[in-house]
Amino acid sequence: MVVLQLSGEDLAEKVGAGVPDSLATVFEKPTELIPELATNHVLWVKSSRVADVASFLKSDAGLDFNFLNSISAVDYINHFEVIYHLTSMNKQHTAIIKTRLDGREELSLPSVYHLWRGADFQEREIWDLMGISFTGHPNMKRIMLWEGFDGHPLRKDYL
Amino acid sequence: MPIQTEPMTVNIGPQHPSTHGVFRLRVTFDGEEILEVEPIFGYLHRGTEKLAEERNYTQIVTLTDRLDYVSSMINNQAYCLAVEDLMGVEVPMRAKYLRTLTAELQRVASHLMGIGFFLQDLGTLGTPLMYSFRSREKILDLFEMLCGARITVSYMRPGGVFFDAPEDFWPALDQFLEDFETEFAEIEQLILENEIVMVRTRGVSILPLDMAINASVSGPVLRASGSDWDWRKKAPYDAYDRMEFDVPTATSGDNYDRFWVRMQEIHQSIRIVKQCVEQIEPGPTRAKVPLIIRPKPGAEAYGRVEASKGELAFYLVSDGGISPYRMKVRSPSLINLTVTEHLLVGWKLADMIVTLGSLDINMGEVDR
Repeated sequence: MVVLQLSGEDLAEKVGAGVPDSLATVFEKPTELIPELATNHVLWVKSSRVADVASFLKSDAGLDFNFLNSISAVDYINHFEVIYHLTSMNKQHTAIIKTRLDGREELSLPSVYHLWRGADFQEREIWDLMGISFTGHPNMKRIMLWEGFDGHPLRKDYL
Repeated sequence: MPIQTEPMTVNIGPQHPSTHGVFRLRVTFDGEEILEVEPIFGYLHRGTEKLAEERNYTQIVTLTDRLDYVSSMINNQAYCLAVEDLMGVEVPMRAKYLRTLTAELQRVASHLMGIGFFLQDLGTLGTPLMYSFRSREKILDLFEMLCGARITVSYMRPGGVFFDAPEDFWPALDQFLEDFETEFAEIEQLILENEIVMVRTRGVSILPLDMAINASVSGPVLRASGSDWDWRKKAPYDAYDRMEFDVPTATSGDNYDRFWVRMQEIHQSIRIVKQCVEQIEPGPTRAKVPLIIRPKPGAEAYGRVEASKGELAFYLVSDGGISPYRMKVRSPSLINLTVTEHLLVGWKLADMIVTLGSLDINMGEVDR
């Protein structure tokens, strides 16, 4: 059986009902970089509600996202985007959840470590290389580089 | 009176023969028993993701070779799928078959290495490793015929493969398939039912299925715990939708099962290679792709494959320039390491190295 990718609208309907006040409107394009092409596959979520939405996505019987594929972060100069790729092994579908963080200093997101252990190293890597910290992660320290390293190398302003 | 002991913290690595690269474990022992484990890595961090932002799309293929350097073909494949998705290019059928074929040969090579080192870690000093390398060497020779390189192949390019296979590749491949049957039967006969291997690995370092899924573990390690999740079946890419193969699974998730699943996957890979040889037809091997690739601004793609270690994916974001705005590598080796602590605590020092061997990590991919 081939895995199905859920569309953003379907997800928005379910998540909007399950977790009130958690959805972010698909952002107007402030720069040319906002991915217009992919928005129909993406569910946009408010950054403060990431953990709540994740918890709903994991526990809802119809969605049942039990597998976290990856967490990625992208630096868009004025803001950061964090992307969650999820899979449900029982329901055989996938989803992409995105959130946006404005500014460049002291960025933080709620951790999903307690829902998916697989977030452990990935969240630490994002902190190390992108400088977004995750609140609620029990071991939020650098992973590739050493403690005391200056800066976050994957940011666009680091070189 | 019982003997008084006190815990001792030891650094295993980064330079240690059994850690498969520059990998360090800070372990606290009570006698021989493991109390605490902390994996420490990053010694091989080359900043592949940052380097990719300075290269054009074709050049990055060479960077992907150096991630999991024992399965470079599959790395190429994942990256090329992501770029093709960005551009919306359809790959010619012959190229799809060539990719499937080489990726499966590479999986055999990678699993042979995984098995060889796993047995080396058990203390079999060389013999099974040499048996594995005997066959792996022949696969590398085949790659050399295809593209002139053995390890850092860069054979696949966005839009297809770089060269069609030379004419003498096909007889050489047939010869390999014939030889491999007996060679692999020898390896199986020697170790699959070997009593010492079984006693040392059965029931050791068990990974339960719910734990494996929760920790995003993928590949043979996940399948040894009982799941049949394989992206070649679940989201077929290249020519996998035309292939008949089984997904071997085991149930207990111990060291033996992880090793056994890899052995069985080799059989299935050879089965796929044979089907490719039968089905492949003449035709072009590369789609028309511009020399300098410029995807649309804002396009993004998540190209994923079932690599020899697990789910390997490249997440690419384009800003319309000649190099990706961001390239993220979802590395199976790194994420499979999440469970090290669970697997090792409570077991003995001698099992620790074996368990690491059964996870079959590659530091090039962990550190990137």
